[in-house]
Amino acid sequence: MATVLVVTSGKGGVGKTTSTAALGAALAQSGQNVVVVDFDVGLRNLDLVMGAERRVVFDLINVVQGDAKLPQALIRDKRIDTLSLLPASQTRDKDALTAEGVERVIGELRERFDWVICDSPAGIERGATLAMRHADAAVVVTNPEVSSVRDSDRIIGMLDSKTAKAEKGERIEKHLLLTRYDPVRATRGEMLKTEDVLEILSIPLLGIIPESEEVLRSSNLGTPVTLGNPNSPAGRAYFEAARRLKGETLVVTVPAERKSIMGRLFGRRAVA
Amino acid sequence: MALVLAPEPPVEVWIDALDAQIARSASFFEGRPVVLDLAALPREQPDVAGLLHALSKRGVRIIGTEGAHPSWQGLEAWAPLHANTTRPARPVDVPDDAQRKPAAPITQSETNALLVDQPVRSGQSVVFDKGDVTIVGSVASGAEVIAGGSIHIYGTLRGRAIAGLTGNSRARIFCRKLEAELLAIDGVYQTADDMSATLRGRPVQAWLTGEAMMLATLD
Repeated sequence: MATVLVVTSGKGGVGKTTSTAALGAALAQSGQNVVVVDFDVGLRNLDLVMGAERRVVFDLINVVQGDAKLPQALIRDKRIDTLSLLPASQTRDKDALTAEGVERVIGELRERFDWVICDSPAGIERGATLAMRHADAAVVVTNPEVSSVRDSDRIIGMLDSKTAKAEKGERIEKHLLLTRYDPVRATRGEMLKTEDVLEILSIPLLGIIPESEEVLRSSNLGTPVTLGNPNSPAGRAYFEAARRLKGETLVVTVPAERKSIMGRLFGRRAVA
Repeated sequence: MALVLAPEPPVEVWIDALDAQIARSASFFEGRPVVLDLAALPREQPDVAGLLHALSKRGVRIIGTEGAHPSWQGLEAWAPLHANTTRPARPVDVPDDAQRKPAAPITQSETNALLVDQPVRSGQSVVFDKGDVTIVGSVASGAEVIAGGSIHIYGTLRGRAIAGLTGNSRARIFCRKLEAELLAIDGVYQTADDMSATLRGRPVQAWLTGEAMMLATLD
């Protein structure tokens, strides 16, 4: 039974695309069949973060409009063969997505994969509502700051009212993924506390991803951090989040750099 | 924020239309400062005193006029009105989308009370003009609860609570934790800035004494 998961936030720049790629790669490495779908039509990024930008021929819009068959548009990852990408179109806009077309494509993806992970565009308009429309579960990506939390709250309200599941009177499963968490700034009280974010949003916590250069570097290299640097704090946090998505119960820990010990031992690499 | 009324000739027809508006929402003009735009009235002497009487009889509080011709007689009779423009709290600006259906799925137990048993999320608006609203959960920043009667929030109130919408000055607002952006009862409102810092984060009730909004902790 496939699970359709939407990664959403309302606010832009909080880490939806990075988290989609990292969670997708983590789930795929555990042997699950995963497809990551870019719904950000017109501003496609997921192909870059997945390192597949030079292999895009057909895209989601082509499939939605019936110009291409789904297998033609799916791009299989070269590193993990259980991971695929359905890219967005860069030359079109969100109006090219039709409700019926999206429903049909999601239905087809359900038959082929264990996990269909939809990377939602920012905002609360058509692109975002269609990305969440057929989801069984949602990962709400939030930064520990007030604007992001309020936007997430708005999105949770929409998940509870505008999705196909909600309209049938069922509850959509919602998970909070706290990203760009800076332990140093948190101790200085410059960020919202995790408890406060959880109290405001009142949905279960999927994981806390520390702010790290590793995540940025991996994204720019086209390698999700769970593939390129799985042992980094962010990589480990994403792996644990993926296990929780599969139903495992793990205590959420606030990730810290392991520099304290390892950094002291191997802090300076000899230049060859 | 003042409302502008622009009477048009024939004034009798315009007054009838005003009555219809007042019948639709009884407290619409209550406590609202109104500016009267007289530019549309005929240049020759209109019955300004009669218009004033008609409006004050309907509880419309005029704070000023615009577009009046200097030659008109009877304008000086408006002056006394201007004295009574201070109010402990300001009148509420009823949102335009107040008629919107509540976004949250709701359970209506009786006709005169509404129970919402989930959090009211940012951007959602719960509107119930027939009586009290009870929220079991929090009201987020950017969300609003509008009730004809009292509002009871068993959670944190971070958004807006507007009680006594239909002119009920005995309506109250209760919340388990006050972090509200705005509280309003029967048109009298307070924003977060007006509220005492000692009440923040506490269980609080709000009520009206005359024209003043009172706030006190419940514990």
